[in-house]
Amino acid sequence: MLNITMKINGKAVSGTVEGRTLLVEFLRNDLHLTGTHVGCDTSQCGACTIHVNGIAVKSCSMFAVEADGASIDTIEGQENTDGSLNKIQQAFQDHHGLQCGFCTPGMVMAAADLLQNTPTPTEAEIRNHLDGNICRCTGYHNIVKAIMAASGQDVSAIAAE
Amino acid sequence: MYNFDFVKPLNVADALVALASEEAQALGGGQTLIPTMKQRLASPEKLVSLSGISEMQGVDISGNIVTIGGATTHANVALAGAFEGLTGLAGGIGDPAVRNRGTIGGSLANNDPAACYPAAALATGATIVTNDREIDADDYFQGMFTTALEDVEIITAVRMPIPQVSNYQKFEQPASRFALVGVFVAKYADGVRVAVTGASENGVFRWSEAEGVLSTNFSADAILGMSVDSSEMISDLHGTKEYRANLVRVLTGRAVSSAS
Ligand SMILES: Cc1cc2nc3c(=O)[nH]c(=O)nc-3n(C[C@H](O)[C@H](O)[C@H](O)COP(=O)(O)OP(=O)(O)OC[C@H]3O[C@@H](n4cnc5c(N)ncnc54)[C@H](O)[C@@H]3O)c2cc1C
Ligand code: FES
Ligand code: FES
Repeated sequence: MLNITMKINGKAVSGTVEGRTLLVEFLRNDLHLTGTHVGCDTSQCGACTIHVNGIAVKSCSMFAVEADGASIDTIEGQENTDGSLNKIQQAFQDHHGLQCGFCTPGMVMAAADLLQNTPTPTEAEIRNHLDGNICRCTGYHNIVKAIMAASGQDVSAIAAE
Repeated sequence: MYNFDFVKPLNVADALVALASEEAQALGGGQTLIPTMKQRLASPEKLVSLSGISEMQGVDISGNIVTIGGATTHANVALAGAFEGLTGLAGGIGDPAVRNRGTIGGSLANNDPAACYPAAALATGATIVTNDREIDADDYFQGMFTTALEDVEIITAVRMPIPQVSNYQKFEQPASRFALVGVFVAKYADGVRVAVTGASENGVFRWSEAEGVLSTNFSADAILGMSVDSSEMISDLHGTKEYRANLVRVLTGRAVSSAS
């Protein structure tokens, strides 16, 4: 067994894992941070997307021990300090960017990853950045619209679908 | 997945010592190896992570040569912007999260027949630098999933001569996000090199007839009328041999017209 320490959503966390423990297993099974979802476990769907040292990573495809010493952000740390939804989450709610919600934690984390480097993305940039995030419900239209809105762009001309 | 011992050395020398034991394997970004281990197609007893080795990180451009550390992620290669073809290729691998983990060394060591980097390495006549030798790209690729690497050998860097103009065209297989066929065209003062991935049963290859024609006339029209032998092409549910052979011609034309 291996001892690991990391910062998760700003809090120091330590634990003991096997080499093969995936980062998503450590988050969900050991820390009970079940907001990060597992849709495929084969790096295809992006439901498990989190940030490791500020960049998006599929937590089903990284060993927990590789994140030793890292700073991690998950969906649980996305809300504003007063507990309200942050602007990306609020935009998903306002623009119906989710239906069942299974893909949503990964979508929000992927969107946050995009907006930190590209504050005003085009529709094409958003779609390109969501290449590794699959949604079986929404048809993506309202997810793209929500991310446009979260970036402060006017979406009133985009039809609701 | 079977369990394993894990070590994370801080330099190449320590990594080689760790790799010398039976059933030890290097771990790059894990974007190929972890799925393989989940399927129990690989079951190393020890994983030697290369991600803590700072001498294997980063992109250095000096003069006409770009040197990429073997543990550099696809995202960082794309960010470095060394030359058009390479930047486009690295920025088009898989998806953003895969690019944030996957490394050039892992991709070249794996030599998946549908991977993108082998095309860049072969088309630029790259040098694959390992812990104890330098291998010419022309000698390095030896067929699907087969390379000149020895059992305990780490790709520490890849050196590519920067082309005058270049472009990579990837016809994406939308489910896997790998290349159904990919063509890398690189033009140098002394001639043009064309490398094709995804198409052949023998892995990445140079389309030498097109290289000859393009070296005297660098235009898409020059190769429009050419044909590609389909006999050793991959045939699967995504495309027949003939379909892939035609894609090689079409994508080469597009790469030439888009080269910058
Ligand atoms: C959803 C998805 C989409 C993808 N799409 C594409 C694509 O479009 N194009 C593409 O080219 N690839 C694609 N890939 C593969 C990706 O690029 C991988 O990152 C790459 O093939 C392997 O690199 P890695 O660093 O993750 O290596 P690992 O998975 O860690 O290792 C792969 C192999 O290389 C060995 N190895 C690793 N590093 C070294 C080194 N420095 N020296 C010697 N041996 C080493 C390992 O022992 C192992 O055998 C995709 C992967 C996924 C999951
Ligand atoms: S669960 Fe990680 S990509 Fe689907
Ligand atoms: S909202 Fe159901 S999978 Fe996306």
